[in-house]
Amino acid sequence: MKLNDLVCQTSEWLKGTGPNSEMVMSSRVRLARNLTEIPFAHRARRDKQLAVMSLVRPAIESTKILKTSFFVDLSELNSLDRQFLLERHLISHELAEGKGVRGVVIGEREMVSIMVNEEDHLRIQCIQSGLQLMDAWRLIDRIESELDAKLKFAFSRNWGYLTACPTNAGTGMRASVMLHLPSLVLTKQIGKVLQAITKLGLVARGLYGEGTEPSGNYFQISNQVTLGQSEEEIIDNIERVIKQIIGHEENARKALLGKGKRQLEDRVFRAYGILKNVRVIDSNETINLLSALRLGVDLGLTKDVSRRTLNELFIITQPAHLQKLHGKTLTPGQRDMKRAELIREKLSGK
Amino acid sequence: MLCEICGKSQATVHYTEIINNESSETHLCEDCARKKGAMLKPHFPLADLLSGLIDFNLPLTLEDKGRGKCPQCGLTYSDFKKIGRLGCGQCYDTFKESLAPLLKRVHGSNEHVGKSSALAGKAMQEATLQLRELQERLQKAIQREEFEEAARLRDRIREIEKKTRKSAASE
Ligand SMILES: [Zn+2]
Ligand SMILES: [Zn+2]
Repeated sequence: MKLNDLVCQTSEWLKGTGPNSEMVMSSRVRLARNLTEIPFAHRARRDKQLAVMSLVRPAIESTKILKTSFFVDLSELNSLDRQFLLERHLISHELAEGKGVRGVVIGEREMVSIMVNEEDHLRIQCIQSGLQLMDAWRLIDRIESELDAKLKFAFSRNWGYLTACPTNAGTGMRASVMLHLPSLVLTKQIGKVLQAITKLGLVARGLYGEGTEPSGNYFQISNQVTLGQSEEEIIDNIERVIKQIIGHEENARKALLGKGKRQLEDRVFRAYGILKNVRVIDSNETINLLSALRLGVDLGLTKDVSRRTLNELFIITQPAHLQKLHGKTLTPGQRDMKRAELIREKLSGK
Repeated sequence: MLCEICGKSQATVHYTEIINNESSETHLCEDCARKKGAMLKPHFPLADLLSGLIDFNLPLTLEDKGRGKCPQCGLTYSDFKKIGRLGCGQCYDTFKESLAPLLKRVHGSNEHVGKSSALAGKAMQEATLQLRELQERLQKAIQREEFEEAARLRDRIREIEKKTRKSAASE
């Protein structure tokens, strides 16, 4: 397997299945780990960065789950390929834009990926479809234990796993859930919900994590605290909060179906109509229309489209994906046309 | 209260920022708060706390107690304040006095309770076994009145005890 094979593959987490998948797109757990006695990537000289790579890669590639993985050397990639991996949530901004010796190991069906020499020596992540944080944690826990037997991680009894940024110290774990909350946005309750979240020690972000703006009514909710709570406690806390948010979104959906059903249908089918007939469209409009259509699918207003198709469109209509699919660079204007073409094709089921 | 940026919508997001010792309150509508969150540099970790819009007093003005450089990576505490990142695992020990209150403020805790590195457990076990063996040998040496040997063993025991205490406290 290599990078270009990913173009025609659908990631496991885009299946649109799993618990609460009518509102929860995906669950992600990531762990930060560093090798002891070697400076963190931003402070390590090239020889030390190489040392990290040569210690870590064989260890990763001999774990049970990552035996069939493949490695991508980020220092050899052009910006299009880096953007492509970013759009698939396989790497972070930091790794894409970084310098020096760095790479990512990608597991089967893109469920697990491990970034090497990002902010921390290792960033191990697992993404699954629907609300499955505990499952994702269990999988990642197994991988980490195998790695722990082979590598010496920087660890302190008081402060747990030591990370480049103290906001990650302790468990080094960030658990996050991607939620689709169109009805809370439509009924203008989202502000209150997000405010309540921060009081519970959680953070809401946009689609691509830190510093990105929420778009298409998607919100990524994750834990802020990593020290003083066990991994299970952190996950329990998030899941409890997520279930409450889901409850609010459900109520808002019911309310919209009651009083404003015609308006809601109008919104959904207008979006569907545009998407099926569009000739030129940018990614922002695409995301917003896909969100409206998804709400219609989740409410059973239309059965013509599957959630999986919508999830897929969500990823493949982004700039780097469009260009990879066409095998060449496209100007923004060309992309808007190719995007429209791709959407029409996918929605007509051909 | 109206949003301080657009002045049109109701402010629903409120938070406190501390910059250069001055605390200022900000009141924004949801849209502007989102935009502001997006404008913050994505990878500056303390700014990251802000983008979460947490009502939080940032410990940016923390007294630099841990003077000097990290022996392993050469980072100073003021480097850390500038870049928001530590240089290596050893930094945590070097700057522990400054980091302890910072971690406490960020996480509300100073005590790790999650998964432990197996290695840390193993090192502790090994030290315990070694101590037990040395203590037995010390007893025997005293019984045999081999005081020179006993003194040597006692020093080794003290050394190991000091090391494990230190590692239990910080590393
Ligand atoms: Zn405003
Ligand atoms: Zn250091």
